[in-house]
Amino acid sequence: MRKEFRDSIGNALHNPNLTGALGRFSEAYRISRAKAYEGIDFEKVRGQISERKGYAAGHLDELAEQFTQNIESRGGKVFRTDDPANVREYILALAQQNGVQCVVKSKSMASEEIHLNPFLEKAGIEVCETDLGEWIIQLAGQTPSHMVMPAIHMTKEEVADVFSEQVEQGQTPDIPKLVKFARGKLRTKFLSAEMGITGANIAVAETGSLVIITNEGNARLVTTLPKIHVAIVGIEKLMEKFDDVVPVLTALPRSATAQLLTSYVSIISGPVSNTDGTPKQLHVILMDNRRTAMSHDPKFKQALQCIRCASCLNVCPVFRLVGGHVFGKVYTGGIGTILTAWFDALKSADEIQSLCIQCGNCTEVCPGKIDIPGLILELRRRLAVEKGQTMAQKAIFSVVNNRRLFHSMLRAGSLAQKPLQRDGFIRHLPFFLSEMTEFRSLPAIAETPFRDKFKQIEQTKQKEKAAFYSGCLIDFAYPEMGEAVVKILNKAGIEVVFPEDQTCCGAPARYSGAYEVAAQNASDNIAALLEEDVTYVVSACPTCTVALKQDFIHTFESLGRKDSLPRAHELSAKAIDFSTLVKKLVDDGRLSFKEGQQLEKITYHDSCHLKRTLKVSEQPRELLTKAGYEIAEMYEADMCCGMGGSYSLKLPEISAPILERKLVNIKSSGATLAVMDCPGCVMQIRGGMDKDGADIKVEHTAQRLADRLK
Amino acid sequence: MNAIYETFKTRAEAVSAEVHRFASKTEAVDFITHYLRDAGVADAAQSYALWADCPFLAGIDKQRLEQQVPGLSFDVTREKASSTKVGISQLDWAMANTGSLIQDASAVDCRLVSTMPNIHVALIGTDRLVPDMASVFARIRPEQANYISFITGPSRTADIERVLTIGVHGPEKLIIVFVDALAEVN
Repeated sequence: MRKEFRDSIGNALHNPNLTGALGRFSEAYRISRAKAYEGIDFEKVRGQISERKGYAAGHLDELAEQFTQNIESRGGKVFRTDDPANVREYILALAQQNGVQCVVKSKSMASEEIHLNPFLEKAGIEVCETDLGEWIIQLAGQTPSHMVMPAIHMTKEEVADVFSEQVEQGQTPDIPKLVKFARGKLRTKFLSAEMGITGANIAVAETGSLVIITNEGNARLVTTLPKIHVAIVGIEKLMEKFDDVVPVLTALPRSATAQLLTSYVSIISGPVSNTDGTPKQLHVILMDNRRTAMSHDPKFKQALQCIRCASCLNVCPVFRLVGGHVFGKVYTGGIGTILTAWFDALKSADEIQSLCIQCGNCTEVCPGKIDIPGLILELRRRLAVEKGQTMAQKAIFSVVNNRRLFHSMLRAGSLAQKPLQRDGFIRHLPFFLSEMTEFRSLPAIAETPFRDKFKQIEQTKQKEKAAFYSGCLIDFAYPEMGEAVVKILNKAGIEVVFPEDQTCCGAPARYSGAYEVAAQNASDNIAALLEEDVTYVVSACPTCTVALKQDFIHTFESLGRKDSLPRAHELSAKAIDFSTLVKKLVDDGRLSFKEGQQLEKITYHDSCHLKRTLKVSEQPRELLTKAGYEIAEMYEADMCCGMGGSYSLKLPEISAPILERKLVNIKSSGATLAVMDCPGCVMQIRGGMDKDGADIKVEHTAQRLADRLK
Repeated sequence: MNAIYETFKTRAEAVSAEVHRFASKTEAVDFITHYLRDAGVADAAQSYALWADCPFLAGIDKQRLEQQVPGLSFDVTREKASSTKVGISQLDWAMANTGSLIQDASAVDCRLVSTMPNIHVALIGTDRLVPDMASVFARIRPEQANYISFITGPSRTADIERVLTIGVHGPEKLIIVFVDALAEVN
């Protein structure tokens, strides 16, 4: 990671205006978005959008042709090009032929993408952004920090200063006055401009229509007052049918700004008359810039289903801390990372892809049903292939791929850490490792790993068997969690086996893009776990469960290892997470809780992989309630704790403030115990509580259930 | 019709539009002339009122109205529009579930009077109410109308500190006037 990039993260994190504004916005957004969708079946709407946009992404050529024919039959002109340079030159030539001196623009991300403004300005043409946020940014000489709210990082005082310095002295930080001032100043530009440039939210092929939405009304003026209208349209905006507009217009305003509809929607299907009666020149530029290549990529084709609502930014725990500038100059946030990799260059996304903590919040709100974290992982994989792994990564992964070496190093670590640990925690690490323990304590490596303790557990022989997959954290840091799992399953009459050859689930390698390493881990685990005939392969770590159930398959698929797939599917069918299995055993009457228990007030933290990948959130709550606990829900219970596996080691400066929020939310719940299903979350949150000094215990669900069963 | 009107009214008011309803054209004209005078319309720059040609005006004595309200004119030009306080036009459809108005705005006059002035008075026949977007899309024909406009409340922004501010580039007030009797005209 370059120092410049680290510095830009540091600057953002230390900008209270930015983090304050974005933090408040993300909290308000969650509520207002839900209200805007009242009475709407979001899953149905996004199903329609992804199907219709997906269809369009597979028929771009055909739709572009149909669109062109239709709008040209009514007098519009269409220029289709692959190359951003051609777009810039087309517009400049058009401007020069028509003696254009001033251009007014309504918001267009496509024009940002091709850096149009500086190009026209260099040729002596005045370019004026008219969306208020864009105008502020333009005057301040900055780039947008958010796709929908470009100036969200600026205070009214800063805006007043920019207006005073760049436009007219004496502006005061009074928002209505600043808006009025902008209206007056920009009105003269609208009236004098000879050319108006817009983007488009949708381009309908069957009718040859552009759909443009705004709230301020600037697009209406841009398309009405100047005699030339140029629309720059990325070809992924094409949709087949006029009726396809309905689901997009239903979702876009609700997801972008929590409105039922924006103030204005303009549907332009051909030239109209100018105010002097002459016909308007209407030019539509269909810009490709690698979108067709993207549509031919089986993985990334789905990214063309984006409707640019920016909801993936609004729910992102990382974006609300660092804002958009860290991501670069044009597209920001999760989807921005993907678009930058394609529209700019794969290597441009090298650093920004590392910002994704893989929590999956964005997948729940994306109206285009795009698997943004999955695509970011794919970028990571391709980058890793392209540039190869660093020496350090290679060294680590060669250890992880050798179970005996890996485990003996962990055992050695248990001895080496002795001077550093006290009551199960490591609170300070020396030298370069100190960052890891600055904001949370780390668990000490257990003296006796679970694999050794397991041998001491006495079990009765049973017909039904389950293999326990511990994962590294339970094995070497939290063996007591594994013991609790065995105790519970035994109560239900299930004998637990622990296949000795199980090893790391491969998540660290996979999430670093090292798929070959992950595939080796997958093969080793499949061999170990399928050796004995068991009914279930149970894990008490959601990330491990996702590996067993889904990632092994995906990894083999990505690498084209078809031969390995049948066994991976066999394992997947048996793999189950702890809470889902226990809930099933309770439902089947094989486990029951002691009656009349009234236990302490607890709060439950949803782990990312459990809630959003495995779709499990009610099961642990129901079990804990049945056990006699009263659950006091914390604010943002399903927001990431900042652990993200090795993320907290790579980007501790981001992990720490995410954890900080989680700790505050847990403390505010009034509970004295925080329970969760993931040993990784326990490690992060327990370590944070230890540093914080708060008297709140942090435990795995299994530990809390083990003693409550009859 | 009453239930759908009430839905429209609730939704439109939620986005800061004013909604009125009259049985006859005479009552509507009476309301508008009073409204224009109260809004300070006068025969002076920045105080004009401009009424774009529309079916509502059929059978209306425009000259008499111009005499009644000094500053009111039916001759829409770009120059006049940029000096106008209140613009008046008739819309084609009212979409209840979002409180939106829809119009074939291909004629530049109806865009000038609804984009440039501070206040837009929007006339609409009560019979043009439809429940939702799907019903609107079943009725509008982009092949026959090069510029279709949807209007939902006045112009707005939240670009500075996310504070909602009404009235940026478009009107800061939207007055919607439903007229039951317009059904016959249409």
